[in-house]
Amino acid sequence: MAWHFDREAGQGLKLISPTLLYVLVMLAAPLLMVITFSFWTQDYLTIDTTPTFANYREAWTTPLYQVLMWRSLKISVIVTGVTVVLAFPIAYYLSFHVKKRKALWLFLITVPFWTSYLLRVFLWKVILGYNGVFNTAFLELGLIQEPLTFILYNLNAVVITLAHAWAPFAILPIFVALEKIDRSLLEAATDLGDSPMRRFFRITLPLAMPGIVAATLIVLIPTVGDFITPRLVGGTDGLMISNMIQIQFGKANNAPLGAALAVSSMVVIGLISAGIFLVGKKLGGRVR
Amino acid sequence: MTRKDDMNDSIKPMIEIRDVIKKFGTFTALHGITADIREGEFFSLLGPSGCGKTTLLRAIAGFEPPTSGTVAIAGKDMAGIPANRRPTNMVFQSYAIFPHLNVEENVGYGLKTRKMPKAEIAREVAEVLSLVDMKNYGKRKAHELSGGQRQRVALARALVMRPKVILLDEPLSALDKKLRDQMQMELRSLQRSIGITFILVTHDQEEALIMSDRIAVMFDGQIEQLDTPEGLYRHPVNKRVASFIGVMNFLPARVTALSDTHLTLGIAALGEAQVPRDRLGKDVNPDKIDTIGVRPEMLTVLFDQDERSQNKVKGEVVDTEYYGDMTYYEVRLPGHDKPLTISMRNTAGRSVVAPGSTVSVGWGIESIVVFGE
Ligand SMILES: Nc1ncnc2c1ncn2[C@@H]1O[C@H](COP(=O)(O)OP(=O)(O)OP(=O)(O)O)[C@@H](O)[C@H]1O
Ligand SMILES: [Mg+2]
Repeated sequence: MAWHFDREAGQGLKLISPTLLYVLVMLAAPLLMVITFSFWTQDYLTIDTTPTFANYREAWTTPLYQVLMWRSLKISVIVTGVTVVLAFPIAYYLSFHVKKRKALWLFLITVPFWTSYLLRVFLWKVILGYNGVFNTAFLELGLIQEPLTFILYNLNAVVITLAHAWAPFAILPIFVALEKIDRSLLEAATDLGDSPMRRFFRITLPLAMPGIVAATLIVLIPTVGDFITPRLVGGTDGLMISNMIQIQFGKANNAPLGAALAVSSMVVIGLISAGIFLVGKKLGGRVR
Repeated sequence: MTRKDDMNDSIKPMIEIRDVIKKFGTFTALHGITADIREGEFFSLLGPSGCGKTTLLRAIAGFEPPTSGTVAIAGKDMAGIPANRRPTNMVFQSYAIFPHLNVEENVGYGLKTRKMPKAEIAREVAEVLSLVDMKNYGKRKAHELSGGQRQRVALARALVMRPKVILLDEPLSALDKKLRDQMQMELRSLQRSIGITFILVTHDQEEALIMSDRIAVMFDGQIEQLDTPEGLYRHPVNKRVASFIGVMNFLPARVTALSDTHLTLGIAALGEAQVPRDRLGKDVNPDKIDTIGVRPEMLTVLFDQDERSQNKVKGEVVDTEYYGDMTYYEVRLPGHDKPLTISMRNTAGRSVVAPGSTVSVGWGIESIVVFGE
């Protein structure tokens, strides 16, 4: 059967074609390059273009890379969990209990974005450091006897910093999903005998599921690949897979291996995201 | 306050509403509502938009606790009892069908809350779905249903709970005319057969008249008249109620003479009339009488000059509206600018009188309603 475009579809295509072209060039092309690279080999200064799986074999079997991949996944899962769990009550409060000036509140949530992310990470260093705000304050108050060291230059610091940075991105989709819930559905559930708690689990949560899934994916996907935060506050225990990819493309001068690591982590994240999406859909039922 | 069919007063009230006041901030939505709603009754709250019907219904359901006053259901004061523990169930105007659940799960929702065993829930749900003629739709989701079907699901979801009272907030207003007429009849006969007390909110006077045993007519947060459909139609307590229910012709009138048994009224365009005193409503003070009302079907266009009538006046037909079985005439009488509306059955051998013709209008003293200020 021949491709059939009706007039409207054709027009639509024309309208989006500049954007489409841009996306193709800026997104798909580099991606294709990375994938191609991953099948080549670095031969000191030149590149051997014979296709091979050697890079993938190395990426998947070398203990160091495995550790880094697991750690990246672990960090991003923890960050996502913490962020979504903290974001939900905020979104809920905004949606259900703020009667006036919702827009103002949403606006305030974006305030942290007014400064650069780098600056915000540095601020966390100041807060969490050995002589940082946190330790000094708690020492002064006599709550701790000596400065806490487990809060900077390790995994915890990465989690705290990332969770803070991504919170607004998690709040917004959950807020939108909650706003979309018809309030008469909640009254109907009450009318049919549900206590507020039961109603929350039977109506509010399932209907908010699309927002929760969106929030989860929005936080999970980019945090796996984050490399600034681990570099600045992670110490050596907090390094993640992206730091290794960066090293391979840079100092180690092994772009094909770096590409194989990048593609591998992309596939892993892709699978996890698909899984989350399906589970969310099942939990939320077919919500429209 | 108003006439009641006293014969039924022995039936015990299912809902007792006493001096219910509801304020939203400084705005008072309900100004002291008092009413009894009887067991097994089809009761309607009728009034224009914004008069507080929904607010009163929600006060009964427990969603808007009254600022003061009490609501008792089945003899039990409902103060402090939340909506989820009241023996009422509501059919929402938007139907509020849970979008993530199918029809069966929607209808079984409340039974599941009651921790009823699964098999029993399935049986009850199947039974009530066949009662509302929806047994083949159990697996559908809300967005796969038409408006009328959603309405049935919402009703089934309330019925299956076997509440003491079912509250319906304009349940038919989203349906088209034909479906609405059909649902009115179905709802009415369903209510008769199961005997549960229904309280219906509507702003459609025709719907209220057709369906209800009794109607409370509300204006501005107050019940103006609580009566049977016939009582409301025939004996409206004031001009507001009279013009809200059906069509009413109003004519200025004043008392010209008073005796112990009768009063003589001078009515614009119609002339003098003797009205027995006991025909006046309780609230009507003879000194304050300024208007009479007469329904379109209580007036007759006399086609034959010899046709008999208690009183006759000549007038000019200014317009006609032909409805097949009925014709509505607009007849202007000398001495009154606004034409009177007169409805006539189109019986055999009687053709419609053309606008511009002069006709006689017949009227009887027993057909007029007297209003005070
Ligand atoms: N939550 C609220 N806050 C403030 N005012 C309210 C609230 N709910 C209702 N009102 C006001 O109370 C009055 C009565 O409202 P209600 O909803 O009971 O009217 P109604 O008779 O049901 O009208 P309609 O036929 O339009 O549904 C209206 O003037 C409305 O603006
Ligand atoms: Mg209403």
